[in-house]
Amino acid sequence: MSARMPERLELVCPAGTPAALRVAVRAGADSVYVGFRDETNARNFPGLNFSREELAEAVAFAHRHGVRVFVAVNTFPRAGEQELWHRAVDDALALGADALILADLGLACYARRRHPEARLHLSVQASAANPEAIALFRELAGIRRVVLPRVLTVGEIRALTEAIDVETEVFVLGGLCVMAEGRCLLSSYVTGRSPNMNGVCSPAEDVRYAEEEGMLVTRLGPVTVNRFGPGEPAGYPTLCKGRFLACGRASYLFEEPVSLSALEVLPALARAGVRAVKIEGRQRGRAYIEKVIRTVRAAAEAVAAGRPVPAVDLHELTEGGRETVGAYDKRWR
Amino acid sequence: MSGGARLSLGPVLHYWEPERLRDFYLRIADEAPVEIVHLGEVVCAKRLPFLGGVLAEAAERLRAAGKEVVFSSLALPGEPRDLAVLRDLVDAAEGLVEANDFGAVRLLRGRPHTLGPYLNIYNEGTLSVLREGGAVRFCPPPELPGSAVARLIAGVGIACELQIFGRIPLALSARCYHARSRGRRKDNCQYACGEDADGMAVDTLDGQAFVAVNGIQTLSAGYLELSAAVAAARAAGVGIFRLVPQAVDMVAVAGLYRDLLDDRIAPAELRARLAETAPGVAFLDGYWYGRAGMLRVAG
Repeated sequence: MSARMPERLELVCPAGTPAALRVAVRAGADSVYVGFRDETNARNFPGLNFSREELAEAVAFAHRHGVRVFVAVNTFPRAGEQELWHRAVDDALALGADALILADLGLACYARRRHPEARLHLSVQASAANPEAIALFRELAGIRRVVLPRVLTVGEIRALTEAIDVETEVFVLGGLCVMAEGRCLLSSYVTGRSPNMNGVCSPAEDVRYAEEEGMLVTRLGPVTVNRFGPGEPAGYPTLCKGRFLACGRASYLFEEPVSLSALEVLPALARAGVRAVKIEGRQRGRAYIEKVIRTVRAAAEAVAAGRPVPAVDLHELTEGGRETVGAYDKRWR
Repeated sequence: MSGGARLSLGPVLHYWEPERLRDFYLRIADEAPVEIVHLGEVVCAKRLPFLGGVLAEAAERLRAAGKEVVFSSLALPGEPRDLAVLRDLVDAAEGLVEANDFGAVRLLRGRPHTLGPYLNIYNEGTLSVLREGGAVRFCPPPELPGSAVARLIAGVGIACELQIFGRIPLALSARCYHARSRGRRKDNCQYACGEDADGMAVDTLDGQAFVAVNGIQTLSAGYLELSAAVAAARAAGVGIFRLVPQAVDMVAVAGLYRDLLDDRIAPAELRARLAETAPGVAFLDGYWYGRAGMLRVAG
């Protein structure tokens, strides 16, 4: 098994702003992923992301420190307006991006055709969860890495990694999609805007907080997502982490307000042949980014050296929230 | 006259007992004015061992009744058994297979097939690549507005099938919410989904209808009802209109839409009579108009 672990897991780290990118580079990222400041990427939030000029500077800075920059162009181009996404692909490569993270089959084929030498990664938003789907993107678009959807167990990831001839990258820390990524329309069902089309999920513009009969009520558009009693910590009203009524009972039917922490399965992921681990959180602040990158870096170095993963206080990292190992453990299903 | 517009029946998404499923398809074969019927398990491979025989018999009866049979593939094949199911389907199917994931697309490349609503087809680039691989028609993702559907048809020149009735498929997960609602895990689900023939109602804490759960799938609480958009869709080149089976009288539902396509009734009358067939159900159409999918915009 140790033969399957030739080197340390690569750390792929988020950067929502140029300042966060510099922090990530100094904290120990091997690669940093970013997006342009528009709807071509799946974290199209106000105040986040990079202009063309900022990307050029960020690439220069990262490369000086031996760190690679990946540009996510991972929403689905709109019919009749594909030009915006084509330009994002062309510009990212012209500005020195080391890889593109793409979700749309047509856009990946465009990138392959126009830039045959470019390194293309398949975004988690492509929802390629089996060897046949991954092979399709490799054959048609030459993708060299797939970011696996958070629907697979560690055992399934091992089998999958053996069955395909591209690298695999998996999420280990941060926000957790409960639904298969790229296959969820809950946000547009309620607000008209979705991750696939607009790069947003449960957008802040549609969020309302109200005091009603001593309860704090959180709503997204017309939908009540939760009600909190006095002293109960109130979370952001992401639809899949709300409290709803089913079978006459109120519960977190889809998922509780938890985030992903898979550090405990890091050794198993390395043994499964995973090449890179990814930290979610381009919307996160610099202090958080720095802390989590140092933590994951230390864990990855321990795994590579055959030492146990150091114990960490994840409550501090996840701002007091609860964590789950998610679908990596079969019992999550 | 219908001007060539055809009606299709989508796959049954919910877990119906084998006897119920058999009776349903025999009645569709004999009585429903639909030209195309989709068969197959789209949501959960664990249900298939109980349904295989019924689906084979249904295919035979539907073909004998002159209907085109299309086999729909799983929407989220991730576990090893899912992939085995997918390969068997592709190997064994007589006639067209509807691909609902890109793994199915790869297995079907080079032979005629159709593209289901679970594939992320948002633009001309993707649809062109898929057409070159042998796709003969596509059913757009539910959130795609009518204007984008029209652009895709015009830009790529491929036949389009549009869902106009039934719950809207919204999300898929590795987790089974039916099992979770009963305090179980997916591996020990005891087929809780079989207890809700039309999905498990999920309401907000205010008691507002929100979504319906079908195992690993989340659907809209209300039914999509696009009768008011049919004329525009036909003008844009949509040639097939899909009805997704719900636990209501689907022969009656098909009859109403047949009458609409043949200009025997207007959308307003269809909706009034549909409300009698599916009492208490909200009718949704927001996505078609580029709005939130849970809204009702027309009429």
